[in-house]
Amino acid sequence: MRSVEAAAITEVVARLCEEASFVLEESVHSAFQKAYAAEISPLGKDALAQILANAALAAENKLPICQDTGIMLVLVDLGQEVHVSGGSLYAAINQGVRDASRRSYLRKSIVNDPIERTNTKDNTPAVIHCRIVDGDRIKISLMPKSAGSENVSTVKVLNTADGWEGIKRFVLETVDQAGPNPCPPVIVGVGMGGTMEKAALLAKEALFRPVEQKHPLETIAYLESELLDAINGLGIGPMGRGGRTTALAVHVEVFPTHMSSLPVAVNLLCCAARYKTMEI
Amino acid sequence: MYKKQINTPLTDEVIADLHVGDHVSLNGKLYTVGDAAHKSLVQYIGQGKQLPFSLANQVIYYAVATPPPPGRIVGSVGPTTATRMDCYTPTLLAQGLKGVVAKGYRSAEVTQAMREHRAVYFGAVCGVAALLSRYIKSVRLAAFPGLGAEAVYEYTVADFPVVVINDIHGGDLHLEGRRVYALNQAT
Repeated sequence: MRSVEAAAITEVVARLCEEASFVLEESVHSAFQKAYAAEISPLGKDALAQILANAALAAENKLPICQDTGIMLVLVDLGQEVHVSGGSLYAAINQGVRDASRRSYLRKSIVNDPIERTNTKDNTPAVIHCRIVDGDRIKISLMPKSAGSENVSTVKVLNTADGWEGIKRFVLETVDQAGPNPCPPVIVGVGMGGTMEKAALLAKEALFRPVEQKHPLETIAYLESELLDAINGLGIGPMGRGGRTTALAVHVEVFPTHMSSLPVAVNLLCCAARYKTMEI
Repeated sequence: MYKKQINTPLTDEVIADLHVGDHVSLNGKLYTVGDAAHKSLVQYIGQGKQLPFSLANQVIYYAVATPPPPGRIVGSVGPTTATRMDCYTPTLLAQGLKGVVAKGYRSAEVTQAMREHRAVYFGAVCGVAALLSRYIKSVRLAAFPGLGAEAVYEYTVADFPVVVINDIHGGDLHLEGRRVYALNQAT
């Protein structure tokens, strides 16, 4: 049984918060460079130029890419052969979020209660999803998730008869109605199958996949490209100013489901796509 | 790229000359007003109290910055979504507000109210907050210090880059942009 100190987890989480907040994810950055070259809308191209200039400036000066430094979303793959010592795993993660928020001047965006809405002043609690996996490692993936793109994300349990056409319509309607609000160009995570919350979690996990990495199953990869073409055909464009770059990528994740069920979730990620993974 | 140099506070002549899709450089004062400050302003107006700062001919920026790191006057500060402020906007327009800098959709009711009050909606690029903070030359606390990060700050800006989303002539960039570039519809 391998032992990992809670303090080591805290420090890794703090570093993930900081690096994700200041540095645009590498595959996203490459995708923006390609999009800038390809975009035919002058107003869209201007927005993409600003995104690239901002990415350079933020990384170089260790400044937040976006003022919405997000709610910290943390996916943990906890090896079953590892023991966390000297404190609780969740408390260690929250301490890392607290430390990074203070020392790196992140905005404090979390309120204690959905109705009362008093700021917790340290960006805690993080939203943590933990999976037990084989091995003796702890993999932590962190995403500072902005509200603008989260606020227009959708979950719906469709009718089984709706099939792929129904799913496609639901995804397109989500992006179409969201328009400029999620700060396009976006990354579109789609989760299909399982149960309501499983589909939502799959959609979130899909956002962590590097841009341009297709789904390993050819059938799903084909659906991804079909969706991407249809989304970019909507004409929303960067910042909703009109253009051909509405999404950089569509990532679909699937899970078996009930014979009478078709849960689908669409989770959008804004142009300030920030996420990072480290292993302990 | 040609940009119109515009000074704030705005005049009716300047506003009349702005058209959808225009690149504009804003110079002068912008007031940051987020969700909580909107709520406070509208409460003040409802109670007939004098506002802590005048909205007449001013431009407000829907934004809540990150804290300033040592040696900087302001943190990263890009626009937040306008849609959330729709319920408050007509009340502020009646106070003489002439411009909004934000991102995202406005309701039909708000765009109509903006036309009636001869006010313009400017879009700033979102998610480029480090870049936009460079155009802010000075910062002053203007109202509601109790709101912390959500207090109203008066930014003095130079060459702040925006695009006209809604002009007073009925133009709407979000609709027109899609009309030009759409290849298919959602349904």
